[in-house]
Amino acid sequence: MRHVLSALALSLALGPAPSPAAEPGLHGFALANGLAVVVIEDHRAPAVTQMLWYRVGSADDPAGQSGMAHFLEHLMFKATGRLADGELDRIVEENGGSFEAFTATDQTAFGERIAADRLDLVMGMEADRMVNLAPSEASLRAERAVVVEQRRQVLDGTPDGAFDERLRAALYPDSPDGRSTIGSEAEIAGFSRAAAMAFYRAHYAPNTAILVVAGDVGTDAVRRMAEAHFGPIPPVPLAPRPARPEERRHPGTPPIEVRDARVPVPQLTRVYLAPARRAGDQTEAAALVVLADLLGAERVTSVMARALAGADGVALAAEASYSDLGFELYLVPKPGVDGGAAEAALDAMIARFLEDGPDPQEIERIRGRVRASEIYRLDDVASRAHRVGEALTSGLTLADVEAWPDVLAAVTVADVRAAAADVLGSGAFVTGWLLPTAPAPGGPSQ
Amino acid sequence: MIRALLLAIALGMAASNSAQAAIAIVPVTSPGGISAWLSEEHTIPILTIEASFLGGPALDAAGHEGTTALMADLLDEGAGGLDAQGFATALEDVAAGIRFAASPDDIRVSATMLSGTRDRVTELLRLALTEPRFDAEAVERLRAQTLAGIAQRDAEPQAEANLVFFAQAFPDHPYGRPTEGTAASVAAITAEDLRAAHTAALTREHLRIAVVGDITPGELGPLLDRVFGALPATGPSLPLVALPQLSGKTTVIDADTPQSVVIFGNAGIPIGDPDFIPAMLVNTVLGGGSLATRLGEEMRVKRGLTYGVNTGLASGQFGALYLGAFSSSNAHIAEAIGILRAEWRRMAGEGLSDAELAAAKRYLTGEFPLRFDGSGDIAEQLINLQLAGVDPDYVNRRSGLIEAVTAAEAARVARRLVQPAALTLVIAGRPQGIAPASALSR
Repeated sequence: MRHVLSALALSLALGPAPSPAAEPGLHGFALANGLAVVVIEDHRAPAVTQMLWYRVGSADDPAGQSGMAHFLEHLMFKATGRLADGELDRIVEENGGSFEAFTATDQTAFGERIAADRLDLVMGMEADRMVNLAPSEASLRAERAVVVEQRRQVLDGTPDGAFDERLRAALYPDSPDGRSTIGSEAEIAGFSRAAAMAFYRAHYAPNTAILVVAGDVGTDAVRRMAEAHFGPIPPVPLAPRPARPEERRHPGTPPIEVRDARVPVPQLTRVYLAPARRAGDQTEAAALVVLADLLGAERVTSVMARALAGADGVALAAEASYSDLGFELYLVPKPGVDGGAAEAALDAMIARFLEDGPDPQEIERIRGRVRASEIYRLDDVASRAHRVGEALTSGLTLADVEAWPDVLAAVTVADVRAAAADVLGSGAFVTGWLLPTAPAPGGPSQ
Repeated sequence: MIRALLLAIALGMAASNSAQAAIAIVPVTSPGGISAWLSEEHTIPILTIEASFLGGPALDAAGHEGTTALMADLLDEGAGGLDAQGFATALEDVAAGIRFAASPDDIRVSATMLSGTRDRVTELLRLALTEPRFDAEAVERLRAQTLAGIAQRDAEPQAEANLVFFAQAFPDHPYGRPTEGTAASVAAITAEDLRAAHTAALTREHLRIAVVGDITPGELGPLLDRVFGALPATGPSLPLVALPQLSGKTTVIDADTPQSVVIFGNAGIPIGDPDFIPAMLVNTVLGGGSLATRLGEEMRVKRGLTYGVNTGLASGQFGALYLGAFSSSNAHIAEAIGILRAEWRRMAGEGLSDAELAAAKRYLTGEFPLRFDGSGDIAEQLINLQLAGVDPDYVNRRSGLIEAVTAAEAARVARRLVQPAALTLVIAGRPQGIAPASALSR
């Protein structure tokens, strides 16, 4: 009874959809050289986040050069004609700011958070390294060693890293999506300066990039600054985006298994292929967000927690999530529970859910919660910059970004049911076991 | 006591400044006479209310440490007709958050809500502030958590070094006693103690409020009266501001660890003191902030004696310290302390170079705006500024005040802040080559 009341209270509180301003302060324009610019005006505090997102990622790694996109991310902190090695990060820190950089399958991004009166300073440096990067042979060699060490730490140094890499490869065979971002050690060790600079010249340019400025700055001021700093940089001929295999359904992929002494208890991860948000067509993705919450958000009332992780269930924990990897189910069997039995209980739970469908009141409640979190996230301007940049480098448009909260709010019981049937009923999944070294009673039975 | 340091460092930051747009803060007074600082913003339909009840654990009598902190932790564990579970569910149902926490100086209250749930959430906040239940189940659950935290604290050499340092600096003063209490004092707390602490600590006399977000001054006034109006008007007097008793002695606490932890410091600069801004610049150069500092350069970069060394202006409401900490292997501790003392003498004697002063100004004026990162952070800053005793527009004048500091002024304040003869150390570990004035065994 309480659930029904609270769902009602929350929808009353949030008012009728659509929400007043799904993305307040959002503006977009482009320069003549192809640089896309997005401004998110938020004048509550005199600070800004600048991010430069490039439409290049590990999917663009040339054959035999896995990890090249990620390596370029590191090189971007090396000398340009104007700045010495490491000078950009030092200047940002001396001004009380912070910086970040990361590489994903389809994007490489660089960001600075800094006092608003110093935006011009960081924009000038960001434009400089878009076109003037000139790392010395010695610093390039040193950075190669850094990346190799990073690979060892992240992938070989933790059981999770190795497990995720194998799961991804099994889920996306023969696809750029199945490759690790960081690359293989042998190939990283072979990167030459000529190859790195060829990659840089092909992929780092105004027409491959999206500039996002979020915070206490006006759109006109950003336009003037962007014209001054990026306007003179010429575009490059666009390289074709890497092909993705059309057919990704591959039922019957054998399970993978990683054993490691550092794993405390057996853990099951099953990842289903699942569609991402698509330009103009975000309904199924929105339904999958709601489905993940319904099935396995971190709370005792989720479908999986009730079916699998209760007093008489097979699991200590049972969760679901939806990410760029796919739709993920995660299970930690109780001590003494056979792995095969735990997996069978998971399968039975899924079959029952596909048969019965979701509880409409629970869906209403989750939609309220999702809408609330969409409002709260507007409070974090740096995270707004992240979400916009990620969307625009994933083939979505600003209109998709603005529509997303309303698409989420409009998800119906039928949408969730259809998405569950499409994804969980497809048979297109990979199951992985992360296990302690000694075969434990709770491990898989095969 | 580490929290004391952190709180005060946050205050130190609050005293630096911004440059670009003005941060608009409007003082609002309710029909019932309750004041708040409001930062109004209607583009996002959320509201944050932050409040501070000055005094907090500093009101605990000797032997009763931890009573106010436990009381604060229990405010959202059942109130009015709702038990702990009921209160949590009621908040979850409206996607809102209410938190209470005790610092050495005050009790902090923080409530975040969607605009449309304002009436419901502020009613829950009123209940928690005015009608907490202190149910036996909740009291025992949180007492057990607190005792577990104290046991963990007592097992950590660094925490013990902190406690000993503060006990030396503030004898017979609440700052000399642990905010969260001792195992004995927490075990002895009764429900009556908690009710008495509630009546004493949550009064309108020592209340400061900051509100950020989707509300007008006209709407805020009646809300303030509704939430806070029923609290007692006055309470017990606050502790007196104490002058730290630091004579320059070195104390060693025996701990069987390969690394020694060192807490060091002098008397600090009180909140509201005109020397506070020059002192921030001195601290930034000597050992504060995340920049390259003199201590970092000499101890870490050049000699590898430690992974990190930090200093901060620990200026609380009832006393001020200039504090620092580092750890180093037992074999290297004497060398590290020698360098610390040499840098202390150099700063007291020379002050800052022009280049150092300029770099510190650039850092402090740039760092401050990033503290206002979202509603919760803005509200927290507005409370810190009120506690620092400044007016709302201060936030927009601070950059100018920092830029105006001269090298001569910085040198004068360096001599006041950095006192080599009074530099007091507490070391936990088995340091080699150190002759302590006093030794404690654990």
